[in-house]
Amino acid sequence: MSTAMHDTIASSGRASDSRVLRPGELDLTHKVILYLEDISVSFDGFKALNNLSLTIDAGELRAIIGPNGAGKTTMMDVITGKTRPDTGKAFFGQTLDLTRMSEPEIAHAGIGRKFQKPTIFENHSVFENLELAMKTDKRVWKSLFAQLTGDERDRVSDTLKRIRLQAEADRPAGLLSHGQKQWLEIGMLLMQEPRLLLLDEPVAGMTDEETERTAELFVSLAGQHSLVVVEHDMSFVEALGGQVTVLHEGSVLAEGSLAKVQNDPRVIEVYLGR
Amino acid sequence: MRTPLTVRLFQSLPRTAWLALAIFAAIAWIAIPAAHLLLPESSALHVSAYTVTLMGKILCYAVVAVAMDLIWGYAGILSLGHGVFFALGGYAFGMYLMRQIGTDGSYGVMLPDFMVFLDWKELPWFWIGSDSFLWALFLVVAVPGLLAFVFGWFAFRSRIKGVYFSIITQALTYATMLLFFRNETGFGGNNGFTDFKRILGYDITSPQMRLVLFGLSAALLIAVLILGRYLVTSKFGRVLAAIRDAESRVRFIGYQPTQYKLAMWTLSAVLCALAGALYVPQVGIINPSEMSPANSIEIAVWVAVGGRGTLIGGVIGAFIVNLAKSFFTVSFPDYWLFFLGFLFIGVTLFLPDGVVGLWRKLRARRPAAPAPTGTAPAVATEQPAADTPPPAASTQGARA
Repeated sequence: MSTAMHDTIASSGRASDSRVLRPGELDLTHKVILYLEDISVSFDGFKALNNLSLTIDAGELRAIIGPNGAGKTTMMDVITGKTRPDTGKAFFGQTLDLTRMSEPEIAHAGIGRKFQKPTIFENHSVFENLELAMKTDKRVWKSLFAQLTGDERDRVSDTLKRIRLQAEADRPAGLLSHGQKQWLEIGMLLMQEPRLLLLDEPVAGMTDEETERTAELFVSLAGQHSLVVVEHDMSFVEALGGQVTVLHEGSVLAEGSLAKVQNDPRVIEVYLGR
Repeated sequence: MRTPLTVRLFQSLPRTAWLALAIFAAIAWIAIPAAHLLLPESSALHVSAYTVTLMGKILCYAVVAVAMDLIWGYAGILSLGHGVFFALGGYAFGMYLMRQIGTDGSYGVMLPDFMVFLDWKELPWFWIGSDSFLWALFLVVAVPGLLAFVFGWFAFRSRIKGVYFSIITQALTYATMLLFFRNETGFGGNNGFTDFKRILGYDITSPQMRLVLFGLSAALLIAVLILGRYLVTSKFGRVLAAIRDAESRVRFIGYQPTQYKLAMWTLSAVLCALAGALYVPQVGIINPSEMSPANSIEIAVWVAVGGRGTLIGGVIGAFIVNLAKSFFTVSFPDYWLFFLGFLFIGVTLFLPDGVVGLWRKLRARRPAAPAPTGTAPAVATEQPAADTPPPAASTQGARA
């Protein structure tokens, strides 16, 4: 792992004093939180990602769209350490090489992921789901003697309020509706206090009203967090209002505002077929 | 504000559970010793030596079942090789028991009989220190613990799961059994260790020693139940259950599942080993057949019969199956294996949650039933809050 020390010369948003970076800490000196360059991944000859390059700025809310098989989920797998790229670079901030970190290490560094299918702990209560996700020392020895402090309880209840599940706090998570499960998983992400959130089809199966509220939540999170949202629902992407990246056959086809992207002839061709 | 550990340990069990444990302790430490030593054999309440030994033996099995439930019920890892840890604990303590025989063996020399028989002139290096009680206790914990740790390290790191893991554990116990069958291995070959005379210089066959071993087995079971209950209600236990249900999610929120599994796996093995060390002086023999794959499968049957993920289910299952076993092997020796097979199939088909599950279902069906003071919900999904009421009833019933 890089132990290079960087002096922050430019304003890093937080302070103008020169700060020495500790190893493993996120370095946002160049305002870029995620940097993918020429990433290729192939499975048995099938190129899931083909020289994919993408940068996400700190605080950005980016939507990623693309037809099935465009490589959206594989891209998230690479970022979270589940899949190793055959070639290419993946950096979190300036210094953290994602291709050399394990999944839990990446999670600790500050990348949270929501899966396409809601994966929550169905046998645990809603409260416990959030408790387990909470940012804290997650080693065995600490968990053996862990006790929630008042402050930590407050953090769980704040999140419960945010995802509107206060009334369900003590119910087993498996009994929630599909939309509520999606919200719970988003809540678990928030408990991790990630810097970058990867959200794979977060509004699938939600009612229109829930979708609307989700968009509001994401917009309110941007700035403090960076978000990458994979979604098919165009009205939802529109509600997010950020930049849009179109993936096709494992690489970036177009990038820009939703209106610009929707008028791109190549994008139209990909979506409507030849 | 942090609550001290002792208080948290106390709080991790419901009040009825403490009451049940207290009743159990009173029976094991006062009632049974009194009935064994003080009452004449003609009395209807007299507890025979055979019964004390049988109960002591089953208490050791119950400890193994609880250890099995910790790893299977709460972490979702089905081990079909737990017998190896039980047997190794027994062998480690058996070495000490062999050395305690001294010159009272058939050949009248300090060397254990089987070594004289093999024409060995001195103790192999790994027997050094085996005459020390403390060293034996250390080996009881260290050898099975180390084996479990190394085995688990490789298996969990390679993300071996489910039925593959179960099969490898079968292979582990089978391979170890073959190793111990060899005379050259230095543990008595297929005869194993037997003809024990003393522990710490005291006669191993005396009624007092029998009761001490029985009482220690009961104490171990109580300790393991309390410890287990603390573990499964702690955050550690919640993380393990989460690994059981959705391992990849656990990894993505920043836990290392390998370490959690390894910790519980090794602890479970050590608990089995302690039970094995108490079992051997009570039954008076240890040989490689304890490591046969069928024995390990039987451990899983106990837990399945009693109810997985309940802790107390293991105790109930161990008592039901083993009492049935001692009845059948005496009265209908040919039918025991048929019965065991039927039991397993029947439980799988009709009682997926075991006896404890059945009991909870019955209790849930009677809403007007007078709830014992301070008990939690009758239907517990993941964390059985009220799982302990049945123990007293069942263990007492088994003994009566």
